[in-house]
Amino acid sequence: MIEIKNLHKRFGKLQVLDGVSFQVEPGGIIAVLGPNGSGKTTILKTILGMVHPQMGEIYFQGNAVLDKWEYRNDIGYLPQIARFPDNLTVQELINMIKNIRDVEADETELVNRFDLKLSLNKKLGNLSGGTRQKVNIVLTFMFDCPLLILDEPTAGLDPVALIQLKELIQEEKQKGKTLLITTHIMSLVEDLSDQIIFLLEGKIYFQGSVEELQEQTQQTDLEHSIAKILQGDV
Amino acid sequence: MFKILKYTFADLIRSRWSYVYLGFYLLLGFVLLFLNNDLSKAIITLMNVIVVLTPMIGTIFGIMYFYSAREFTELLLAQPIKRSHIFLGQYLGIALSLAFSLVIGLGIPFLVYGVAQSAEIWDFGLLLVVGAFLTFIFVALSVNISLRNENKVKGFGYAILVWLFLAVIYDGLFLVSLVMFDDYPLDKFTLVASMFNPIDLSRILILLKLDISALLGYTGALFQSFFGSGLGMIVSLSTLLLWSLIPVGLLIRTARKRDF
Repeated sequence: MIEIKNLHKRFGKLQVLDGVSFQVEPGGIIAVLGPNGSGKTTILKTILGMVHPQMGEIYFQGNAVLDKWEYRNDIGYLPQIARFPDNLTVQELINMIKNIRDVEADETELVNRFDLKLSLNKKLGNLSGGTRQKVNIVLTFMFDCPLLILDEPTAGLDPVALIQLKELIQEEKQKGKTLLITTHIMSLVEDLSDQIIFLLEGKIYFQGSVEELQEQTQQTDLEHSIAKILQGDV
Repeated sequence: MFKILKYTFADLIRSRWSYVYLGFYLLLGFVLLFLNNDLSKAIITLMNVIVVLTPMIGTIFGIMYFYSAREFTELLLAQPIKRSHIFLGQYLGIALSLAFSLVIGLGIPFLVYGVAQSAEIWDFGLLLVVGAFLTFIFVALSVNISLRNENKVKGFGYAILVWLFLAVIYDGLFLVSLVMFDDYPLDKFTLVASMFNPIDLSRILILLKLDISALLGYTGALFQSFFGSGLGMIVSLSTLLLWSLIPVGLLIRTARKRDF
C-alpha cells in the first residue's frame, strides 16, 4: 500500500528523518511511535505531500506520489490540531470539504454518533477544543478512503468520545482499510494496533507487532518496552 | 480554487472586523460628501485616507488571516487539490472581501449623494479602483511575509515595517535624496523611484486624473511633463498592475516550495 524508500528530511540544521524506509501492506492498523521530535508527524506529512523531503521516494498504491496531488483522493487525514475558520458553521465546513473532495459522503451517522447534531449550526469559533476535535474526526471519517492517517486522534476527547473513536477505528479496520496512527497513549496502541513502527532519532528502530517488541525487550507491557528502548538498555 | 475562494470570502465577510471596516467607510463617505460643499475637496480627502488606510488594513488582515488559518491550511493541504489553488483562493478571498467593504462602504454614500449623475463619477470610480489595487497589492505582500516567517511576531513586525516604509519613510528618504543631490539631473531617478512605491504611484494617478497641478508635487509634475496626463495614467495604472501580479507570482512560488 505504502512504500517509503530512504527518506531524508532536514529542517535547517536539524536532521529529522535520516534514511527512513518501510513498507505497509494493505489492511490493518499501524502505530507510528517514538519520543517527541522523532519525526512521526514529519513522516505522515511527507506521505501527504505537505513536507518536501531532501531525498527519498514514496509510493502509494504502486505510484510515486512526490509533487502530485490526485492520489490524496484516496487518503483521509486527521491533523493534530483542530482549528477551523471562526465564522463558518460546522455544517458549512462539512459541506466545504465535501465540495472540495467532490465525492459522495454521508456525515449523518457520524454526526449522531459523536453527538454533534445540536452543534451543526454553531459557528466553529464558538466550539470547545474537544468538540472541534469531534468535527475533525467527522471530516476525516465521512469519506470512504482506503488509507486513513490519524495524527494524535485522541487529543482533547472525553472518555465517551474516546471509546466511540476506538470503535470507529476498529470498524474501519474491519472494512479492510489501512490506518496509520501516531499517539502517545500506549493503551490505545495495545488495544488497536497490528503493527508498530518505532522511530528514534530519525531512523526506524523497530518494525513489527506489539508481541515481538515485548519479546525483544523482555518486558510484559508496551509502556515498559518503550521506556527500555528510550533508556538505551536494548 | 473558486471553492476555497468562496469559503474564505464567506468566512471573512461575516467577521466583526469586516463590519467595522465597512462602517468606517460608510461614515467617512457620508460625512465628507454631505458636510462638505466642495466635491473636489472631498475627493482629495478621501484619496489621502484611501492611499494610507487600504494598504494598512490589507497588510494587517492578510498577515492575521494567514497566521490564524495555519492549521486549517494544513487540513486543506491534505485534500486532493493543488497547492497553488489553495493559496490563490485564500489570497483572493481576503483581498476581495476587503475590496468589497471599500466599494460598498464608499459606493453607497456616492449613490445617495447622486454622484452617478455628475461628471465626477469617473474620479470616484478611479478612487475605488486605486483602493482595490492597493488592497490586492498589500494583501499579497503580507501573505508573502507570513509564508516566509514561521514566527508570528516577526512576521507581523516585518509586515508593518513594509507598510510604514512605503507609506511614510519612502517619501522622507526620497525628499532627502532630492535635496542632497540637488546639483544632479534627477528627473529619471525620480520617475523610476516613484514606480517602486505603489502608494506614491496611486497618489499620482488620482491627481493626474483630477488634474490639480498644485497638488501634484515634484514627482507628479514630472510624471505629467514626461508622459502627459493620458499616457501618465496608463503608465502608472499598468505599473500598479505589475505591482499586484508580481507578489502573487512570488506567493505561489514560495507556497509551492514550503514545508507545512
